[in-house]
Amino acid sequence: MTRLLPYPLLTASLLVMWLLLNQFSLAHLVLGSIIALVASQAMAALQPTKPRIRRWDKIPQLVWLVFVDICRSNIAVASIILQGRRRRQNSGFVSIPLDLRDRTGLAVLACIVTSTPGTAWLEYNSTNGNVLIHVLDLVDEQEWIDTIKNRYERLLMEIFE
Amino acid sequence: MSHVTDLPVWAALLVAFFLVLGSGLTLLGAIGLVRFESFYARVHAPTLGTTWGAGAILIASIVCFTVLQSRPVLHEILITIFVVVTTPVTLMLLARAALYRDRTEGTPGVPKDASGRD
Repeated sequence: MTRLLPYPLLTASLLVMWLLLNQFSLAHLVLGSIIALVASQAMAALQPTKPRIRRWDKIPQLVWLVFVDICRSNIAVASIILQGRRRRQNSGFVSIPLDLRDRTGLAVLACIVTSTPGTAWLEYNSTNGNVLIHVLDLVDEQEWIDTIKNRYERLLMEIFE
Repeated sequence: MSHVTDLPVWAALLVAFFLVLGSGLTLLGAIGLVRFESFYARVHAPTLGTTWGAGAILIASIVCFTVLQSRPVLHEILITIFVVVTTPVTLMLLARAALYRDRTEGTPGVPKDASGRD
């Protein structure tokens, strides 16, 4: 079973994607299944580390948190742009020491930080776990470190580690 | 799209609201891209377009086609997932290239390599 289906989640989502992009029919179900199976075999040849999700129940909480933050920072960044040149430029770099080591967790954190307007993930150093982010409206450096560490990192560590 | 007139008023208003919101935010993002002064500040502006900009337009599309065809159209959810997953890749590539260039040129105000190497 594990040899035929090395990544059941990937296979299932590929099949669902195929059925969403085409109209649902038996022929597409068969074709989609074959493509999903072949694609996950190809993925297995790359030998990525298999992500383990320990706490499924925490994922809705994370999604909601990200949604709220994206809404808030959209408004914040839009108002910064509207204020234009009257506003003092106070963007800056923040270096954050992370305890999260799981690769999938880090990838998810990078997606979250980048998709939130106003913060951008620049570079991650895997030897000491420091991440460099750039913040558009930097008022208090420590506040940002606390936000990333308490709001997201703790939740991601619960889910992935 | 030839049946747009079949859209009830409430749905048309909803679709129009989300379309204006989404395109407005995308426009703001584009303005920000021009207005901000440094590369790193500029990076933030287009994320308006990739979050609520794209999101609101996709919500408008979902509402429009769900009402018109009386069945849920879920392509938009796939688009959302792909946008969220792929944006960080290009952004990080650009940002790291900029960091590398600035460190090589010794531009002031750019933090040193986190590992201590130069």
